[in-house]
Amino acid sequence: MALAQMKLDATEARLAGVTLPDGAVWARDARAAALERVRQMGLPTKRDEYWRYTDPSSLTAAEAPTAALLENDEGPLFEDVDRVRIVFVDGVFDPAASDDLSTEGVEIERLADAMQVDIHWAKDIYGVLEARGQKPVERPLAALNTALATDGVVIRATGKVSKPINFIYLHNDVASDAVLHNVVKVEADAEITLLETGPAAARFSKQLEVELGEGAVFNHVRAQGRDHERRAVTHCFARIAENSSFKSFTLTFNGVLTRNECVLEIVGDNAVAHVAGACVGDGKDFHHDDTVFVTHDAVNCESRQVFKKVLRNGATGVFQGKILVKEGAQKTDGYQISQSLLLDDDSQFLAKPELEIYADDVACSHGSTSGAIDETALFYLRSRGVSMTDARNLLTLSFLAEALEEIADEALAEELRDRLERWLARHS
Amino acid sequence: MNAMDTIEVKEGVDQETVDAVKELSGAYKHGWETEIEMEYAPKGVNTDIVRLISSKNKEPEWMTAWRLSAFERWEKIEEPTWAMVSYPEIDFQDIYYYARPKSMEEKPKSLDDVDPKLLATYAKLGIPLKEQAILAGVEGAEDIPAEGRKVAVDAVFDSVSVGTTFQKELEKAGVIFCSISEAIEKHPELVKKYLGSVVPPSDNFYATLNSAVFSDGSFVYVPPGVRCPMELSTYFRINAENTGQFERTLIIADKGSYVSYLEGCTAPKRDVAQLHAAVVEIIVEEDAEVKYSTVQNWYPGDENGVGGIYNFVTKRADCRGDRSKVMWTQVETGSAITWKYPSCILRGNDSQGEFYSIAIANNMQQADTGTKMVHLGKNTKSRIVSKGISAGKAQNTYRGLVSMHPKAKESRNYTQCDSLLIGDKCGAHTVPYIEVKNNSSRVEHEATTSKVDDDQLFYCRSRGMDEEEAVALVVNGFCKEVLQALPMEFAMEAQALVAISLEGSVG
Repeated sequence: MALAQMKLDATEARLAGVTLPDGAVWARDARAAALERVRQMGLPTKRDEYWRYTDPSSLTAAEAPTAALLENDEGPLFEDVDRVRIVFVDGVFDPAASDDLSTEGVEIERLADAMQVDIHWAKDIYGVLEARGQKPVERPLAALNTALATDGVVIRATGKVSKPINFIYLHNDVASDAVLHNVVKVEADAEITLLETGPAAARFSKQLEVELGEGAVFNHVRAQGRDHERRAVTHCFARIAENSSFKSFTLTFNGVLTRNECVLEIVGDNAVAHVAGACVGDGKDFHHDDTVFVTHDAVNCESRQVFKKVLRNGATGVFQGKILVKEGAQKTDGYQISQSLLLDDDSQFLAKPELEIYADDVACSHGSTSGAIDETALFYLRSRGVSMTDARNLLTLSFLAEALEEIADEALAEELRDRLERWLARHS
Repeated sequence: MNAMDTIEVKEGVDQETVDAVKELSGAYKHGWETEIEMEYAPKGVNTDIVRLISSKNKEPEWMTAWRLSAFERWEKIEEPTWAMVSYPEIDFQDIYYYARPKSMEEKPKSLDDVDPKLLATYAKLGIPLKEQAILAGVEGAEDIPAEGRKVAVDAVFDSVSVGTTFQKELEKAGVIFCSISEAIEKHPELVKKYLGSVVPPSDNFYATLNSAVFSDGSFVYVPPGVRCPMELSTYFRINAENTGQFERTLIIADKGSYVSYLEGCTAPKRDVAQLHAAVVEIIVEEDAEVKYSTVQNWYPGDENGVGGIYNFVTKRADCRGDRSKVMWTQVETGSAITWKYPSCILRGNDSQGEFYSIAIANNMQQADTGTKMVHLGKNTKSRIVSKGISAGKAQNTYRGLVSMHPKAKESRNYTQCDSLLIGDKCGAHTVPYIEVKNNSSRVEHEATTSKVDDDQLFYCRSRGMDEEEAVALVVNGFCKEVLQALPMEFAMEAQALVAISLEGSVG
């Protein structure tokens, strides 16, 4: 008990003097309720079971650690894709750098504007999905984000959105501490693709809440990190309705600390939820954590979790994945794989792939492996005249391929594969 | 009525399996009670009770001090809550910590002297007559040649060891097999050296409590180079009401030795839940091998979850020497609550740990069980095979840890956990922790039934079997392989278990 009290005291100290941004009644209420949740739960510490493999102290500290600006930048991603660019600089929306937001089939507003409107559709999503996602596992950093988010956009797709929406996060200030919150509502039978790129800030807290209507389609491709000292905690909460499809892929390059939490709740029958990630980490100060929680609360749904990590020079990779099949969620097909390729002896992989099943007519499987590059495969390639470096890179790329295959759009997948190849070439 | 009677079973689950599970856990066969005059220590636990237990066992001062320091620590720590089990709060002051049959105050000289009720207890539990005589502590019976297979037994009845068989024959081989209280008296140097060296008194809440109040248990020492001439076993029986059983087992396999050890346990049916918190420590030196098999059949409570044994057990083997080997085999069918993680510390280079488990939970039973494989030495190997079967409203959790330390180069782990649900009101859960800190080790964890050995599958397929038949054969074949390793009184349970197939597993 003493420990819990210490944690709550530390949380109070951290929250002392915090003022919540103003807005309409619902917005103020949502933020106040979120702050109350943080107070009840307390901010996470390394002693928490859910943080046993990742130290959250730099994410909870009052002062954000600084991060040098990008070097070795390979330039922006998805330049050739016809898209709507929404640019944030150190967590602040930049209208001048962004495209015109009026696009067919979608309404886009700045979060701050939406929160001034007394009756707004975002009221039913903002902080609501996050609050639902606090059980059975507490995620106080997400509640903190809901309370304090300073910027972001709200998007409502009403039809098939003609081009992808691209959030571009630029980083110009070595000491920036950004808190962004985006809300996406995909109406019944509507379809949208969301892209997210860029390092964002020295410290980045970002939340995405996604509500899918019946038959809706949501595709999400994200590239984060690159060669950078950034620390980030991101949360994605989605509620997935009947016959709808949610697919999310994240590619992570370097970065000091990244914790990506993805909390999916399947509430309608025959729905599909896929979440995948590939990460390549180099160096002792690289720590990457994928934490996924998929809840099946409907019949005949499919979920997939595919995570691949390549780690070297003392990098650390973490995977905490869970499939929860509630009573009555029959005919569930749940799949989960987490694999790491350790390129040297200093790197480590820490995993907790969990299943919790309360329905008997389901097929759920999980796998988790960790090991070095296959010597036989390496020998084969060498015997065919491939150089050591090329052979290793080729095998590394093929290891990551299974995760990249989860990206629905072939062109986007190809561009990320190309990025990966160049990253490997540069780091070998 | 058995809750399973009304349950619809999904397609693909073998009916024979359903019947076998029903048979195993539907009616508890060992739920009767021996009416026997008992001697109790006062209810509750405090320093006086700890001293009393110590004095009843005629222990030396260092042992009493050891217990008291554990008790002091226990008072400061809290009960763990991380396991996926729920039960009403245990009132640790409402339990008897020491109970022994009055007739055991003086050791009986012949069969006629033994309390017939005690005798009947062993007869009813199905222990062979010859051994029964010895079990009841009859002096001289040990010289009669045993028929058939020899298994030495240490029988623990509530808080005391009633007797140990074949001691003389084992002595000839240099093997020490006796109750832990006897070992403290006769072999203090061994007990002092090893007790608490694998599971320290500070290990966890229940182990700490056990360290303070353990009343008896078994002690095994196998000297260097000796292959123990027979299987050793301990049979635990809880009989007295409101009594907790806290036994302590210490097994030491010295260099190059081998021993196979069996453990069985039962308890009467009662409306009030009873606590069992045991500690098993195994020390495996260079080139030694220990096999530890358990059929845990404590009273599981009725179909509404009333009564039953709360089983909180800490079991750990320390493979200290190079090329040492330990194998845990467990069949868990009883207990209202099972909280048990037999573990292997693979300290020696080339050491090896194996864990095979079948956990069956029915009605309102809750099982949270698994293993820890801690790889510290080079080229260490571990294998985990866990089969969880849930029926009725039961919850069955596999919880495990595989840890590859930076120095455990070239090590290997393979983990497979399968779960089978019979009915739609039960649950099956998997909580594995995987920590890999070097790259020359390989760790694989999987939980699908289709992932059976490809070579074996190919062989079956090449003989004309279809895929499903082949998988079933291979999986069942594996089950049988594990169960055949369980001899003696386990034979009955094992036989029933053989009918279980894991078709329709959910992973």
